Amino acid sequence: MSKIIKYIIIDLLRNKIVIGYTIFLLILSASIFNLGADSSKGILSLLNIVLIFVPLVSIIFSTIYLYNSSEFIELMLTQPLKRKTILLSEFAGVSSALLLGVFIGVGIPVIVFDGSNAGWWLIIAALFLTIIFVALAFWASVATRDKSKGIGISILLWFYFALIYDGLVLFILFSFSDYPLEKPMLAMCALNPIDLARIAILLKLDVSALMGYTGAVFQQFFGSSEGVLFVVCALIIWAVLPCWRAFTLFNKKDM
Amino acid sequence: MIHTKNLTKKYSRTTALQNINVAFERGESIALIGPNGSGKTTLIKSILGLVIPTEGNIFFNGKSILGEWKYRNEIGYMPQISRFPENMNVHQLLKLMRDVRKDEHHKLDEDLIHAFKIENILNKTMGSLSGGTRQKVSACIAFLFSPQVLILDEPTAGLDPLSNEKLKEKIDKEKQKGKLILITSHVLSDLDDVVSQVVYLQDGKLMFHKTVEELEDFTGEQKLNRIIASMMNTPELINEHL
Repeated sequence: MSKIIKYIIIDLLRNKIVIGYTIFLLILSASIFNLGADSSKGILSLLNIVLIFVPLVSIIFSTIYLYNSSEFIELMLTQPLKRKTILLSEFAGVSSALLLGVFIGVGIPVIVFDGSNAGWWLIIAALFLTIIFVALAFWASVATRDKSKGIGISILLWFYFALIYDGLVLFILFSFSDYPLEKPMLAMCALNPIDLARIAILLKLDVSALMGYTGAVFQQFFGSSEGVLFVVCALIIWAVLPCWRAFTLFNKKDM
Repeated sequence: MIHTKNLTKKYSRTTALQNINVAFERGESIALIGPNGSGKTTLIKSILGLVIPTEGNIFFNGKSILGEWKYRNEIGYMPQISRFPENMNVHQLLKLMRDVRKDEHHKLDEDLIHAFKIENILNKTMGSLSGGTRQKVSACIAFLFSPQVLILDEPTAGLDPLSNEKLKEKIDKEKQKGKLILITSHVLSDLDDVVSQVVYLQDGKLMFHKTVEELEDFTGEQKLNRIIASMMNTPELINEHL
């Protein structure tokens, strides 16, 4: 397996989009931190970009890359290799290339300029979101044979998690504003990895005071060690579930 | 060596293979013949594990291949349309295949690499090669690891006459060594000297599986394309008479 991963990683590290993505993130992070003296404001600005941009690039790039590797995958499938090995190598290759990009582009600037607790959470969130959206991309592209359909599904998935879901949550909040919704809100956060990451970081930034009673409930929950464990577990489940789905579909797929 | 039991493959609307029972043994060289869409490629892909059967099973040396992968060590496959990673050059591709299939039992067979003068195009990327040249590379990879079974899907399509001859020579040589060779082709004249048995598929059904001698006796023809032509008119009679 390591032999195939080697070929995939070498191919990806020469990929112009991966290089461009890394450089773009690096310039962005460095310039945000150089704009103001207060690095926690920098984290806040970076947070919003990371939560939108990192999932978008991860899911679209992985989908397109997997479709473009169909020749390679077909060739490998006729060789004495397990199907699982082939897809796992692709997954390991794509996610490690993008993780490296995020770590260089966001991780290093944050460590250098900030290094606070919230900064570390931002890095962890960006890395988790990368893996989760690569996993979603693999699911979408294994499930559909048609390239344009696969990319369409990926864009919709991103759109749903980045924008539509928050709209739905707001709608529910206003519709049921007469009821106590703090506990259900906690559950609803867990259903969206982007929201989960956002809340986990915001609460480290001490802006929860601005979020009223809900903020207090959140602070109480996410501030505790159980809360941290909950966030990490939920993010891991978000990465594993689409992956597992992609692998079971791939095992049954006709080439 | 390879046999199928009630092999059936259904796609959402069509049935590509219907209750196929065939057995291929060592030393045989078999032509898979049938009109377009008769299920030849689906049969080959099922044997390779690229297509998962809806029902039935395939056995390689007596063992079911479902979910298996090690048996592919013994198979060399040349697909109908060879698709390779476009930005990889020929040298890298051959190296990749060697890395993936490194096995002490096999000796590398570079006859075709020399015969097709692949040495001269080692630095060209796969994307820049013509269809025919790509077929040549594909053939080299199929034969490279001296597998016990060679599965060639339309091997001569797109090859120039000279390369075609070289490939046929090579197939013949491997046949003499007692390997199992499965070929599909529409150019029946190409198969004349190579083939010892014929499997005829139509609409996903096995019409007959006979040796060339049996067919020659039955039809009174000597050339494979004449034999097939005379049988295409009366395929249902074949099983009754033989």
